[in-house]
Amino acid sequence: MAQLTYLEAIREGLQLEMRRDPSVFVIGEDIGVHGGAFGITKGFLDEFGPWRVIDGPLAETANVGAGIGAAVMGMRPVVEMQFADFVTDAMTQVVNMAAKFHWRTRHPLPLVIRMPYGGDIKGGPFHSQCMEAWFVHTPGLKVVVPATAEDAKGLLVAAIRDPNPVLYFEHKHLYRYQREEVPEGDYVTPIGQARVVREGTTLSVFSYGWMLHKCLEAADRAAVEGVAPEVVDLRSLQPLDREAILASVRKTGKALVVHEATRTGGMGAEIAAIIAEEAFDSLDGPVMRLASKDTPVPHSPVLEAVYQPQVDEIAGAIRRLAAY
Amino acid sequence: MAAIRVASAQGETLTASELLEMLYYMRLQRAVEDLGIKLYYQGRIPGAYFTGRGHEAITVGATYALGPDDLIAPMHRDLAAYIMRGIPVRRVFAQFLDREGGLTHGRDGNIHMGDPGLGIFPFISHMAASVPVAAGMALACRQRGEARVVLTFFGDGATSTGAWHEGVNFAAVFRLPVVLVLENNQYAYSTPLDRQTAARSFVDKAPGYGIPGVGVDGNDIGAVFAATREAVARARGGNGPTLIECRTMRVRGHSEADRYDYVPKALLDEWTARDPIVLFERRLGEDGVLTKEASRAMEERIARELDAGLAWAEESPEPAPESVSDGVYAEPGEA
Repeated sequence: MAQLTYLEAIREGLQLEMRRDPSVFVIGEDIGVHGGAFGITKGFLDEFGPWRVIDGPLAETANVGAGIGAAVMGMRPVVEMQFADFVTDAMTQVVNMAAKFHWRTRHPLPLVIRMPYGGDIKGGPFHSQCMEAWFVHTPGLKVVVPATAEDAKGLLVAAIRDPNPVLYFEHKHLYRYQREEVPEGDYVTPIGQARVVREGTTLSVFSYGWMLHKCLEAADRAAVEGVAPEVVDLRSLQPLDREAILASVRKTGKALVVHEATRTGGMGAEIAAIIAEEAFDSLDGPVMRLASKDTPVPHSPVLEAVYQPQVDEIAGAIRRLAAY
Repeated sequence: MAAIRVASAQGETLTASELLEMLYYMRLQRAVEDLGIKLYYQGRIPGAYFTGRGHEAITVGATYALGPDDLIAPMHRDLAAYIMRGIPVRRVFAQFLDREGGLTHGRDGNIHMGDPGLGIFPFISHMAASVPVAAGMALACRQRGEARVVLTFFGDGATSTGAWHEGVNFAAVFRLPVVLVLENNQYAYSTPLDRQTAARSFVDKAPGYGIPGVGVDGNDIGAVFAATREAVARARGGNGPTLIECRTMRVRGHSEADRYDYVPKALLDEWTARDPIVLFERRLGEDGVLTKEASRAMEERIARELDAGLAWAEESPEPAPESVSDGVYAEPGEA
């Protein structure tokens, strides 16, 4: 086991796949000579050369469209959005070209779009958004959201090997958040499998990305008070591990969903609906949601602190739901 | 001599049988589409129906300039291009009828079809969206050292989009083997050229991207072929994309639901009188390449192909209702 940051784990996964498979290449803005805005692809240009580490123009439609064209030809492109927010400039390519391609043609489209997303980086409204639900709502796309360094590597490798377009949401606040044990060499985290991070019996907390870490901290606090929350890392939102969600709720009888994306129309609504439809008889309390306010992401740290769920609020919600 | 007028700058001259093959594809597109119009008005084609009437010289002339391993990303007025690159007529009719035997198995309609296995990228409704994709297909060829060329078609309206700009720019920046064929038919649905561009000519846009641009009469198949042949050679030689503006006129509505009464009658009359198939037939007749007997035999062959194709399509079942969500995702192992 190596001690890696989440960022180093992404780099390692990408590098190992590029060494293993010559059809894997990366394209994006400032990723070659500069090594990427966050340094993920530092050193790649020297190792793999300019036709596999492509500094594209400032043009998301072109870079994603070129990725689609190359994927149709049997390449395995990994297109980097410098910030996930910029994917709006490529929406036709993602939502209309890539997502519907296999359904229309029965030909695979192995495309990964790396989506550095999320807040708590003082990035403001155009560098902090969590737009994963848009893509979950688009049939034909897969959406993964690693929260740990191990999954950051394993899900990226799985995404690259997947025959479908995969949006890989990597949380920017987690890039250098901590060092974690990451298995060396080749492995995948299968897409579509949630993971119980903390076993418990009182209630189930479902989360992903940066919020998962806040939920774990909140669960630690609640445990001191005798509450035993189960914390589930969803890891993949499309496909969603419905069985893992339902199994946990059937065990605990209560559910809280926590995400950084805004509340209305978010993943929390979908998960609450699945629980209501499939596990109603197991429920001992209302399904609760904690999410960011239905507001653009503010730039001021003071405003952002009230915008997104904090550990205190999560701990409070756990306490209230436990007492229900 | 018609044969001389379709010679390319490389000094190639098309043989009589090649010229007749080009005419065959032009007539085939016209015949398939005319039958499609009948089917549409009989209510047998669900949804909208589009034709490329008047565009046949562009579609066939440009596609004919490609080599066997080259790739295309056509648009919705290029029916012959799909057939020339290997899609059988029967599957085109099945596609029109939304049958299981269509290229998209009822999942998409009309000419929204393709076959990546044949090197035909399927068109979507968003104009110019195929341009960056064509650049990406060419990128893959460049990455693997394959001497293949990607030809993409688009209309005058498409040039107003961001996707067109980004795709052309991308292809130019990386000097990719792309041929950009603009079918300037003067109208994007009801919108005339002066609402698409303030440039004097679309060819004038090419230098802004650092690529060559050339304008040709889009109703002259020889001119289209010769210009495309040069562009293909340039692309294959590693010298990047070329913009070819083919000037024509959309002589029917945007779709069959469109009465196109916004088009000045004089303009329609002018271009209807310049029907590209009639012009080519006249030239081939003058040169003795097209005899009356050969012409009749070709028409009979096309009629037989249409009969057989439509019969096959009508035999093809409707897609199974329970299959609606099949194939939303590829299964592991498909790639």
